[in-house]
Amino acid sequence: MKVEPPGGEPDRLVPPFVGDVENAERSIPWLAANVNKRGITCDLASEDGRNAFARVASTARIVVESFPPGLLRELGLDEALRDAIVVSITPYGQDGPLAGVAGSDLEVTAASGSLWLAGEEGRAPVRTAQPQSPYWSGMYGAMGALVALRSPVAQRVDVSAQAAMTTVHPPAPVWWDIAGEEHGRTGPFLLGRSNVGSRFRNLWQCADGFVSFAIQGGPIGRHTGRMLAEWMRERGALTPSIAAIDWDGFDNTTLTQPQVDELEAAIAPFLRSLTKAEFFTEVVKRKMLGYPVGDASDSLADPQLAARDFWRTLVPAEGLAPLPFPGGFALFDGERPAVRRPAPRVGEHNAEIYGEAGLDAGALAQLRAVGAV
Amino acid sequence: MTDVAMRASAPPAAGALAGLRVVEMGFAAAGPLVGKYLANFGAEVIRLESRLAADVFRTTYPPFKDGVVAPDHAGMFAFYNDGKRSATLNLKHPKGVALARALIGQADVFVESFTPGTVARLGLGPETLRAEHPELIVLSSCNQGQTGPHAFHPGYGSQLSALAGFVQLLGEPDSTPVLLYGPYIDYVAVGYGAIAVLAALERRARTGAGCTIDLSQYEAGLQFLTPTILEFAANGRIPGRAGNADAVAAPHGVYRCAGADRWVALSVWTDPEWQALCALCGIRGAPTAAGRRAERAALDQAIEGWTRSGERDDIVARLRAAGVRAAPVLSISELFGDPQLAHRGMWPAVTHPAIGPMHVMAPPFRLSATPSVQERPGPTVGADNDHVFGTILGLSLEERRTLQRDGVFE
Repeated sequence: MKVEPPGGEPDRLVPPFVGDVENAERSIPWLAANVNKRGITCDLASEDGRNAFARVASTARIVVESFPPGLLRELGLDEALRDAIVVSITPYGQDGPLAGVAGSDLEVTAASGSLWLAGEEGRAPVRTAQPQSPYWSGMYGAMGALVALRSPVAQRVDVSAQAAMTTVHPPAPVWWDIAGEEHGRTGPFLLGRSNVGSRFRNLWQCADGFVSFAIQGGPIGRHTGRMLAEWMRERGALTPSIAAIDWDGFDNTTLTQPQVDELEAAIAPFLRSLTKAEFFTEVVKRKMLGYPVGDASDSLADPQLAARDFWRTLVPAEGLAPLPFPGGFALFDGERPAVRRPAPRVGEHNAEIYGEAGLDAGALAQLRAVGAV
Repeated sequence: MTDVAMRASAPPAAGALAGLRVVEMGFAAAGPLVGKYLANFGAEVIRLESRLAADVFRTTYPPFKDGVVAPDHAGMFAFYNDGKRSATLNLKHPKGVALARALIGQADVFVESFTPGTVARLGLGPETLRAEHPELIVLSSCNQGQTGPHAFHPGYGSQLSALAGFVQLLGEPDSTPVLLYGPYIDYVAVGYGAIAVLAALERRARTGAGCTIDLSQYEAGLQFLTPTILEFAANGRIPGRAGNADAVAAPHGVYRCAGADRWVALSVWTDPEWQALCALCGIRGAPTAAGRRAERAALDQAIEGWTRSGERDDIVARLRAAGVRAAPVLSISELFGDPQLAHRGMWPAVTHPAIGPMHVMAPPFRLSATPSVQERPGPTVGADNDHVFGTILGLSLEERRTLQRDGVFE
């Protein structure tokens, strides 16, 4: 059950909007985050609203909130949440020197080290254009709630978005902790695959975009190299430096940077001649490591996702055309959890949910009259 | 601490997952980190591995302590497998497979992250295991799922992050995309893997039924990109790289401070925040966010004119005091000394028999009554063979010696 203030939560007006029409039922980020929920409104600033909320919340096993630390107590809602697992998601956590400090995706990502590692050497660090920390924090909140469900004690799950984003960039912390080496931004290059400090290009220009490919060792990496050489030969693009490699004994971890650079210079023109689609078809056929750099249109056209019936079509709000939503994140006994219902309209389920909590139509009308719902 | 936390922290309880037994076979991050989180909250997690086909985190991925490439010097393994036990089995030996089956038969959860079909070929597929133990929960985590035309295509996290669309969204619009540093999508799949196992445990508690979970790391990652999919499907636009621009906040960026590679991140979401920023650094600009977005380059330059002569942490303190959202861009080494992360116990200190003193990583959420406990780094190879084969499976010393001699524990 999604609980919002009367009129809806401000995030309903975060762009972009379906059809570029700005209203509370068309925000794409909001629709994405709220499928499968029912929704009620409730004014926590009024006593009637708080009582109504308490009535609903006291039936819940899990309550998720993202208010500033301490606000639930100030509102006097502790008692109503006594038997619930309370998951609190904030930028920095419920206590400590930064508790209560405001922060958005950009600041918590900065404070996590993730931003430090993303971007080009010499230029400013960059963040993913689709904000990621809300997803990470929400995911860890769900994990925490489910761990807490296994304990007999109702308890607080305190999620820090900063801490959540600190978990997303191995092996960098290990390089510092074990080897005293500070990793930084490397643009399209992969670090941490070499025992002599070489870096390997992992993003390459192709005919219509970019592909992800790297010179690698290990059994599959060697197979990939062997297949690449064969593919280049078939196309008349094999260079002497690639032809000379004995892939059976190839070890990328000991190559010096000049050796890596020479091999990469030999491969670049070949990759530049391929389209993303051509590259994808051939790497799959030859069982090579590598993928095109995909975008939203590629994901929707991916035959693998189609074969697994991943996309679920849903009308996001009344009067709109159906849209493809990602289905459940895994198959459970062969079944993919459904996308059952669109995100709720503002207060769509007030009568239903307050009714379930024992408030009859008269009581609800009274709450509505005083603006509490 | 709030009242909620105070109330619940009174009687320290056993780990929330105490009594749960997990057997795990897999490599690198995407499968094994699921077991790490379960172990952190009290589950007994047994890593089954083989000296003959060791985890790439033990053999291939640096760093290694003192540069010695050996399984027990491997930093990645030690750091991200904390709290587990290790037992060795040669699954090419029929007795090895039989012992693995016996052990899984005594577990609640089996996690594996091999190429699809591998465990079935060994006689350890979910159908076989659950025919004997219907209450068992089996998580299979792999690149693209157990079925479909690309199920058998090899891949790893950095490149899968590119396929899924993350890389396309990272970088400056005037340049090439850049990497998210490492195998980003693997860690998304770790989170969903743990959630899937815990959800299946909840269902089992209600129904008694086990579960076979097929987790595609690709599909897990796409969940984090849902708005970009909807934006294309609804409006025909493909979201791409935007530097540090935001659809709502302006300014919203990362600015150079005094010193080498020192940066501050700041963002302005409301009128009062904008007025506070103007007053603090003496800049001017359009009164609305839309207006400021239109003059973004000039505005960013003006802000950097103010930040670049200042010390980073001083700038952050002044911005925060003025009511503007700001944070230092912390380097990785700084994370280990960050007061807020330290307060939360993000990096528990442990001692590894071969590596020596090191840290491990705490879960990013804290439980008030049954907090995570992290006292042991990732185990050395076969460190718990006696416990697993002797205590749990009840094999006598003599039986174990015979099996050792026959190469079953390799």
